[in-house]
Amino acid sequence: MTALTGLTIAEAARGLAAKSFSARELAEAHLDAIAAARDLNAFICETPDVALDRADAADARRAAGGALGPLDGIPIAVKDLFCTEGVPTTAGSHILNGFVPPYESTVTANLRQAGAVMLGKANLDEFAMGSANITSHYGPVKNPWGPRDGRDLVPGGSSGGSAAAVSARLALGATGTDTGGSIRQPASFCGIVGLKPTYGRCSRYGIIAFASSLDQAGPMTRTVGDAALMLAAMAGHDARDSTSAPLAVPDFAAALDGSLRGLKIGIPKEYRIDGMAAEIGALWDKGMAWLEAAGAEVKAVSLPHTRYALATYYIIAPAEASSNLARYDGVRYGLRVDGATLDEMYMNTRGQGFGTEVRRRVLIGTYVLSAGYYDAYYLKAQKVRALIAADFREAFREVDVILTPTAPSDAFAIGERMDDPVTMYLNDVFTVPTSLAGLPGISVPAGLSARGLPLGLQLIGRPFDELTVLKAARAIEDAAGFPAGPPTP
Amino acid sequence: MTYLIHGETGDWEVVVGLEVHAQVISCAKLFSGAATDFGAEPNTQVSLVDAAFPGMLPVLNRYCIEQAVRTGVGLAAKINLYSVFERKNYFYPDLPAGYQISQYQHPLVGEGVVTIDLKDGSTREIGIERLHVEQDAGKSLHDQDPSRTFVDLNRSGVALMEIVSKPDIRAPEEAGAYLRKLRSIMRYLGTCDGNMEQGSMRCDINVSVRPAGENALRTRAEVKNVNSVRYVMQAIEREAERQVGVYESGGQVVQETRLYDPGKGETRSMRSKEFAHDYRYFPDPDLLPLRLTEAEVDRIRQSLPELPDDKKERFIAEYGLSPYDASVLVAERETADYFEQVAAGRDAKAAANWVITNLFAVLNRKGLGIAESPITPAHLGRLIDLIGNNTISGRLAKDVFDIMADTGGDPVAIVEEKGLKQITDEGAIEAAVVQAIAANPGQAAQFKAGQDKVVGWFVGQVMKLTKGKANPQQVNEILRRKLAE
Repeated sequence: MTALTGLTIAEAARGLAAKSFSARELAEAHLDAIAAARDLNAFICETPDVALDRADAADARRAAGGALGPLDGIPIAVKDLFCTEGVPTTAGSHILNGFVPPYESTVTANLRQAGAVMLGKANLDEFAMGSANITSHYGPVKNPWGPRDGRDLVPGGSSGGSAAAVSARLALGATGTDTGGSIRQPASFCGIVGLKPTYGRCSRYGIIAFASSLDQAGPMTRTVGDAALMLAAMAGHDARDSTSAPLAVPDFAAALDGSLRGLKIGIPKEYRIDGMAAEIGALWDKGMAWLEAAGAEVKAVSLPHTRYALATYYIIAPAEASSNLARYDGVRYGLRVDGATLDEMYMNTRGQGFGTEVRRRVLIGTYVLSAGYYDAYYLKAQKVRALIAADFREAFREVDVILTPTAPSDAFAIGERMDDPVTMYLNDVFTVPTSLAGLPGISVPAGLSARGLPLGLQLIGRPFDELTVLKAARAIEDAAGFPAGPPTP
Repeated sequence: MTYLIHGETGDWEVVVGLEVHAQVISCAKLFSGAATDFGAEPNTQVSLVDAAFPGMLPVLNRYCIEQAVRTGVGLAAKINLYSVFERKNYFYPDLPAGYQISQYQHPLVGEGVVTIDLKDGSTREIGIERLHVEQDAGKSLHDQDPSRTFVDLNRSGVALMEIVSKPDIRAPEEAGAYLRKLRSIMRYLGTCDGNMEQGSMRCDINVSVRPAGENALRTRAEVKNVNSVRYVMQAIEREAERQVGVYESGGQVVQETRLYDPGKGETRSMRSKEFAHDYRYFPDPDLLPLRLTEAEVDRIRQSLPELPDDKKERFIAEYGLSPYDASVLVAERETADYFEQVAAGRDAKAAANWVITNLFAVLNRKGLGIAESPITPAHLGRLIDLIGNNTISGRLAKDVFDIMADTGGDPVAIVEEKGLKQITDEGAIEAAVVQAIAANPGQAAQFKAGQDKVVGWFVGQVMKLTKGKANPQQVNEILRRKLAE
């Protein structure tokens, strides 16, 4: 690990501006780190040629006096759910075997436009379905904070490769996507910052869909400030996504500092769930104290429909997924496993192309949308979703930001909790309500568990008020004094 | 006339509702920018959205919505300011996304009405249940290879309007009149070209029968994808007869999808597996609900042209045409425009006669549309003027008309060139009359003996002598005078 890989994006940007090192040197340092850490399995596809080309282009721009901004020359990892032109894109699934998109997702195009350098495509749960990065066709990702008790740990999921890469100093930042917690939960497990913006803040164009009404791209970085820089480059209205918000992107990074005086922080009592680990509760209390010390006022709020959120999510997300994944039929791209009849070809292709978890969710989704069950499941879930969103609206009349834990535990071992999907789904208990309401949420590393593993706190804001969320997160970051990274072996 | 099927047990009434899929006239598809031209090379009009590549998202083409609203207004229907696109899920190779984006619970257009014109000059109102907007699927080509099916996605994503009638149709003739009227309205509006052969208008038929006098609806069968007005009428007749047969032999009609085989003149059941779908409709999360404002709808309403029904009424009132002639002339906007140009400042009934009787015959014979007519409205008008001012006789006018049809020439020039101008000179006609009488003393004697009929024979003789150009009225007068001398 060289010094260059230990920088934040902001520090690296200053170093590049001061010509202390070149974008090529920065990229090479990270490519070396990636090569040395292949054991983590954080990347499905490394793209050194792309990285060096783009780094050279960044250096050339800078030499010509035309540097683009804080991300010009910054090496990042891209979750392999973003379609990248000319670079294989898998969604962690066998069914997209051999698929090379002839187009670029809007978010990665925006990052490219800002000069960011793609190092490779980060591993993830298959089609972003998972909370432990163990469902990828390309194998599980290891949490760089592990092992513990002789067992490798999960990095969380679904953006597990992105989180591991940023945590292990393989990239200065990474793109993630969050449907029910897929940015925030792995950020918590890997001790980094993960921001899920408001639904509609980042375009979904070119991101392989899991659940369209929930999917949202966001940055995964080592500091709150870096998240602000990256989000500014990723976000923006896109006419190619009808659900993208026609709003200007604020200068997030410029407004982070300053007192929290007058800011009201809500503590939802329903999040103090039965059987919550004491250390999670204690960390939450610490978070309140830190924010109070920074000038904010902490008050209790109620989000009464919280207990229905997980069930609601696990109806809506699979329902949309069952339809979104219908296009992987072996007809036009990706895997095709022949059969004697059309139906057999479908069954062979989808049976062999999708893993167990994806098949499970497609089946659940098909079931809840089917005739006779639609009203009882999907329609009712939509109603509850509206109630959950109303809970937040009500709470945000009284407070500006809501503080909760990000996940109910620290990272667990690979292989644990795999026999019972419902226990696995509980990982998302604190992140799912925010997703259902479409609100911005951030996980910021706040402390270590008894086992010395990272724990994050989540801050939730009003729609399109990422600014306040980032500001409060910065206060936690300042107060927490979280270690710079996983202990090096 | 009530249409009834006379069965062995009594008379049966036919109850029909039609679902018409009309392709929206627009340059681009409903949710992508790909082109929509008919007959292009396979898979040359396909965007990544139409082929459902990973991460591709639909973006609504507002022009298609405007076209559908225009159609809704033309059907005197309620325009819903709030409507929702939903996904209709099923697997088929020519449906790339595995779902069709359609409207289900909240269609763009609600109830409306189509007034149909029947042969006896009467009209009937057929209710419209709804109109919704959806995308078309691609085309599976089963005949290109012995073992494989090829897929052409050119049509995938093209905007369709599904127009659902109420079960108000009671006869095959009414179904034909309904389809023709619907097509006529959409052509006036420029929202669908109504070309059934090219598939830009397709029809599913819901048919049931019931004993005459019974009020409740019985089980219906759906005859899918019938592609001409004539076949629609035949299919209804055959399917209704089949159902009467089923009931009368003690059976029950089952709700099912059937196909019409025009060769055999019968409908037959599709294997149930092919349509045993649970479409799992749900609102498409990639698209926001469609919201229109009253102002937008009003703007479209204001921009509507005069529609066939209004035009028909005006033709009756303004030109004194019969309801039948008026309905024939307004069926196509181009025909109505043509007629109005001919009729301007002239005898409108004569103009209507020339267009309906003579021009239509020529166009039919030559297989041309009115837009390609070799006879311009100005020329036809001039021909009528030549008759009106006695330059040519009605009989000669028909000859001139035939020349016009073949050459596209100006009737004034044709009359001049061929020397067809009517002879109205008293002296010239008298000379011919005298010649005819002198050559036929026997017939002249018959006249004197009181046989008046022989005058007609003499007219023919005079016409022969003048090559048909003599003014017939003058010939008649002069003949009578001279014969009486």
